[in-house]
Amino acid sequence: MVEFGQHIINMLILGSTYALLGIGLTLIFGIMRIVNFAHGELYAFGAYFVYLASMMLGINFFIALLLAIVAGCLMGALIEVTLLRPMRDADIDTTMLVMIGAMIIMQNTEQFIWGGVGKSVNTPFPQAPLQVGPFFVSWLSLFVFFAALALIGATYLLINRTKLGKAMRATFQDRDTASLMGVNVQAIYMATFAIGSALAAAAGALLGAVYVITPQMGNLAALKSFAIVILGGLGSIGGATIGGFILALAEEMGAGYVSSGYRDAMGFLIIIAVLLFRPTGLFARKERIG
Amino acid sequence: MKRLFPWAVLLVFASVPLWLNDPYLLNAFITTGVFIIAAMSLNLLLGYTGQLSLGHVAFFGIGAYTSALVSLGFDVELLFGIRVVHEPWPVWSGFIIGTLVAGLFGYLVGKLSFRVRDAYFVIVSISFAEVTRLVALNWVELTQGPLALTSIPPLTLGLPGIGYFDFYSKQSNYYLVLGVLVISYVIISRLVKSRIGRAMVALKENESLAVSVGIDVTRYLVLAAVISAGMAGAAGSLYAHYLKIIDPDVFLFLYTITMVIMVVTGGKGTLAGPIVGGLIFGFIPVIARSFAAPEIQWILYGAFMILILFVLPQGIVPAIEKWFGVSTEADDARQTTPASAKTQDAS
Repeated sequence: MVEFGQHIINMLILGSTYALLGIGLTLIFGIMRIVNFAHGELYAFGAYFVYLASMMLGINFFIALLLAIVAGCLMGALIEVTLLRPMRDADIDTTMLVMIGAMIIMQNTEQFIWGGVGKSVNTPFPQAPLQVGPFFVSWLSLFVFFAALALIGATYLLINRTKLGKAMRATFQDRDTASLMGVNVQAIYMATFAIGSALAAAAGALLGAVYVITPQMGNLAALKSFAIVILGGLGSIGGATIGGFILALAEEMGAGYVSSGYRDAMGFLIIIAVLLFRPTGLFARKERIG
Repeated sequence: MKRLFPWAVLLVFASVPLWLNDPYLLNAFITTGVFIIAAMSLNLLLGYTGQLSLGHVAFFGIGAYTSALVSLGFDVELLFGIRVVHEPWPVWSGFIIGTLVAGLFGYLVGKLSFRVRDAYFVIVSISFAEVTRLVALNWVELTQGPLALTSIPPLTLGLPGIGYFDFYSKQSNYYLVLGVLVISYVIISRLVKSRIGRAMVALKENESLAVSVGIDVTRYLVLAAVISAGMAGAAGSLYAHYLKIIDPDVFLFLYTITMVIMVVTGGKGTLAGPIVGGLIFGFIPVIARSFAAPEIQWILYGAFMILILFVLPQGIVPAIEKWFGVSTEADDARQTTPASAKTQDAS
């Protein structure tokens, strides 16, 4: 029972960052119809940025986190303007291949700059874990959890309570009508990609402090993000949040009770199962497969 | 002239081992040939039916592992204490079984995953490949996991009255790969010019219209998946018996990407596309390795791929054909429909 409780605690912490990744991708996929293979590289970018800022430049850890999110946002905007804007009328396969090209370039640039050896970040949190009854939680994990929740909340408010969010939702529903109503669709696309990338970078910045940072960390992150988005249904922030927690639960249970070697297989099995039996995702209503 | 061109190309490539003595370059030709076969099989799905399979490496790897295991033998314990022991079989049977098993997986994956399209199909195919990679990594009893399957025997060919011949030397492997490549080329060119091929192209151009005139979508897609997967499996088998060692990295996403880059660069939906793209990307590392680290090579790959998508989105072969004003029969169907029609259809 104690073991099970510990798995649940781990699931909550992992799930909160998965939710960030998933929300970022679901915004990009939902609004722009871009299958963003570079999403995982933005995640790795966030992690390396924190390493650069806090470990090499000596900037305060919390400020480094904020800087990483801003840098992810700028990086996303840059990718959007240089690679996606010229391909606006291309079909979904072509933009997907362009993003795969971007993924290859980013991952190998990381490998070239930082080498294959993992990097880790020191944090100002105490090493000794917090003990609640029979359970242990590290202070860092607790911080990651609440920071991720705060970012999820902020994104939700941004989409549902601001003018930008309204324009994004309008573009999601009908790009042409939104454009006729005076929404600057080009700007919305750039904002969407920048926000989505910032969320991925935030997830990487937070998890990078918990785990070891390697150039390959983006590979699985991108695929897991797809799993989360498919679970939650397209374009749904709530769905992506729950999807993130479900994936984390499946991984924790798979690793804990089946075999740790198959931990990463859980996400893929979920994708296959969900797409085959409920292709609109578990929570979405209005999405159509076309 | 146009009819003689493929024969002239074949003659040039058949002469390569006669004048090329550098083993490194010959090795590059052989592995490039293997990947061209895999890229041609991917092209059948991507170019002719329009389905982007990003899990294609799974079939390649399944072919490689099956073929290696059939010829090496194995002894595994399944659930409930059922033990499966397999004595080593002749290597040629490994090649055939590897091809068939890959084709069977193509059938299963096709049957299940063609219920979804576009991005969803892509994600299902990737997920399948990652699951196979993790199985190869974790089912240590069968696959040796990260320790790799080693001492895989070379392919042998037994002819009654003449004796046995094994494909051990680089020269013999070169001709073996070239032979399988030519057979694959002939199969694909026959297929796409047949009724089946026209049905596939019709699906790609306009699925609802194709359905309305009575084309059984799933049947043709699954058929394409089976042939494509089997061919990728055959390539994987050749790869395993040539390298004589195979590890779970054979399932890496990067190999799928390599195949996709080859097809897209050369020209999807053209017979010569995967060959042209395959030769380019097979030999970039050979040229680049003298001055660039592997990471830089990959960065060049990525940049080159983006450049091609921006400048020649149809690929090199169609661009050349347009330049010289020639067109092969099989490409007519593709050229009649402008790219914009598909975009509108998708949105």
